[in-house]
Amino acid sequence: MNESITKTIGVAFAVCLICSLVVATSAVSLRDLQKENKLNDKRIKILQVADIYNPDQSISEQFSQLESKFLDFNTGMIMSEFNNYNIDEYDQILVTKDPNLSSKIPQSEDIAIIKNRENVGKIYFLRDKMGKIDKLILPIRGYGLWGTLYGYISIEDDFNTVSGIEFYEHKETPGLGAEVDNPKWKSQWKGKKIYQGNQVTLEVIKGKVEKGDKEAVYKVDGLSGATITSRGVTNMVAYWFSESGYSNLFKELDYES
Amino acid sequence: MNLKRYREVILNPLIKENPITLQILGICSALAVTNNLLVTLVMCVAVISVISFSNLFISLIRNYIPSSIRIIVQMTIIASLVIVVDELLKAYDYETSKKLSVFVGLIITNCIVMGRAEAFAMKEKPLLSFLDGLGNGIGYSIILIAVATIRELFGAGTLFGYEVLPLISNGGWYMGNNLLLLPPSSFIIIGLFIWLIRSVKTEQVEEDDFELSKHSTSPDLTKREINV
Repeated sequence: MNESITKTIGVAFAVCLICSLVVATSAVSLRDLQKENKLNDKRIKILQVADIYNPDQSISEQFSQLESKFLDFNTGMIMSEFNNYNIDEYDQILVTKDPNLSSKIPQSEDIAIIKNRENVGKIYFLRDKMGKIDKLILPIRGYGLWGTLYGYISIEDDFNTVSGIEFYEHKETPGLGAEVDNPKWKSQWKGKKIYQGNQVTLEVIKGKVEKGDKEAVYKVDGLSGATITSRGVTNMVAYWFSESGYSNLFKELDYES
Repeated sequence: MNLKRYREVILNPLIKENPITLQILGICSALAVTNNLLVTLVMCVAVISVISFSNLFISLIRNYIPSSIRIIVQMTIIASLVIVVDELLKAYDYETSKKLSVFVGLIITNCIVMGRAEAFAMKEKPLLSFLDGLGNGIGYSIILIAVATIRELFGAGTLFGYEVLPLISNGGWYMGNNLLLLPPSSFIIIGLFIWLIRSVKTEQVEEDDFELSKHSTSPDLTKREINV
């Protein structure tokens, strides 16, 4: 009899057992590959933003050109070690869930809608042959229309000129907000200036930057049909280059050199 | 077994009994993943494999499934297959899996998969069920690919990411249609497809459930009381 209680429980148990075995096997056997994919995806973005990416070469080899460092946001100090963390495995997004390793941003200052900022971040240096800083690669994030955009911005050695911008994760509308991935739009960022005096002035404007605009160096074309995403990117830059973001680091680096 | 039955099972769902345009099932993913052909193609492969194999496995154990828990058993099998497909995508096509995000997981709730399991695989032999799944999956894919082609070509001016109609914003002449990039546009396109198919295959047109009563032609407005 198919309908007896023993049979019903037996079949349910057998189906669950077999299915869970199949699911567990696939999850475990593919985990390494997935982890590597995720890591490489981020690394490719970092290499692209540093403008040294070559798709034909091994990613880990190219990545070794960059120097990863911890950054204490409160003091702007660069550190080689932090709490015994392995720098390659330190995840500055994950630690924002830990109140001991992150701080809540007061609502009035939280223009990029991040909620918690890590106390210690991870940044990358690209140095020239003489060991002088060529570029700084800094992680940024902020809220767009549908969710948080995660990306990197690279800065020249004057700590003011943008060299490139890349987003590795976002949920914006394809064709509209997702045009933050459009190579043409991204290419405009090269050469733009962030600070005018001490003020973060760089913004994504509405519409196109007009020719002959004296302030053009502080302006990036808006994404058409994506006003909120554009504003999100502006706020993101404003937050991460403010006092609570990287400006302490720049002061520290200026002092050193 | 006669070959004619096999042929019917595979070919009927393509147009004649298409799950999307005739049964209006699986619309949700048809709206969500059709703004980019490459992503759509991967989604189609995922759906085809899930439907085919869920039909196969369910049909294999159909004589042992107690009817009181048959839906949950079907669900468990479908869900496991979807998870496996999702894991495979994350491992071997990370870029696309990132773009598909939750929609791979949502294949579980695709009514076509469940519908075929309940309506076909519970009654028929394994091989036939497998082919039925294949046919329905392909029928779903035909519509999705057609919608995606229209949306990507006229929305973003590209096909598979390659520029076909150069956009004004990239220095070309074509002004992309932003509506086509948003999910509601697939509603309109699928609606047009249904219209097209039903005007050729008139047997698909459903009878009206009720008849509209004629409304009076000259409403007598003078009789209406006006409160000031």
